[in-house]
Amino acid sequence: MSQIYAWCAVAVIVLMSTAGDVLLSRAMKQVGHVGQVWRSRGLFVVIGRTLANPNFLLGVAAMATAFYSLLFGLSWGDMSLVVPASASLTFVASAVAAKLFLHEHVDRRRWLAALLVAVGVVLLAR
Amino acid sequence: MSFRKYLVLAGVTLFSAVGDTLLARGMKETGSISLQHLSSIFLVVLHPGVALGIFFLFAFFACYLTALSWADLTYVLPATSLSYVLVALVARFWLHENVSLSRWLGVVLISLGVGFVTQGPALTHKPRAAGSHSSAEPAVTEAQQ
Repeated sequence: MSQIYAWCAVAVIVLMSTAGDVLLSRAMKQVGHVGQVWRSRGLFVVIGRTLANPNFLLGVAAMATAFYSLLFGLSWGDMSLVVPASASLTFVASAVAAKLFLHEHVDRRRWLAALLVAVGVVLLAR
Repeated sequence: MSFRKYLVLAGVTLFSAVGDTLLARGMKETGSISLQHLSSIFLVVLHPGVALGIFFLFAFFACYLTALSWADLTYVLPATSLSYVLVALVARFWLHENVSLSRWLGVVLISLGVGFVTQGPALTHKPRAAGSHSSAEPAVTEAQQ
């Protein structure tokens, strides 16, 4: 029974962290290269820009939901199941989301990586 | 890719592995959370192991955001998945959980996937997005870093 709870937690984690990843990636591209902005304008400008970014705030909200689902999942299942299963499935979902929403160039190399990680997840979940 | 950028990616991997492990350990000591006592999930952050785990996950988050500022999501995420290799090692040798042969094979495949991605370019080249601040920054080349 706790296995079903654990997998439900995994589903919520995947959905929420994919949304969070896409939003955070978009936010940080708008903030700019952290190292360069830090050197030219200072650390507080980096932090200020990041915290004031709407995409960042939405992304953090999605990540927080995913994080609390992870706490539930970890109390119900083995960590070597819940942690890799949820976060690696997130990797595959995020590759699709990155192509669709961020228009990243996901070449053959990156799809192959997504496939390898997906198979790796199935093996980890056994 | 400069040495400093690889350090940031290493931080992403290491901090998330340590953070997840500390959290798992703390949650096991706390015991199962029931849906009838939802408030206990907010009190659980008072557990020292869980608190330390959250601290490491904050460090992970800072590195992750920094990496996302100069690399594609599909480049950074595989680097984060390297942490499962570390987690499997820690689960086996510290938490003494049973890590089967098929799980080890999964770990190997994930490592291969990460290897493939890091061979390629880190960032998709495209025109600057509207509303981006970075066009206003003085240009700093890789060589200057």
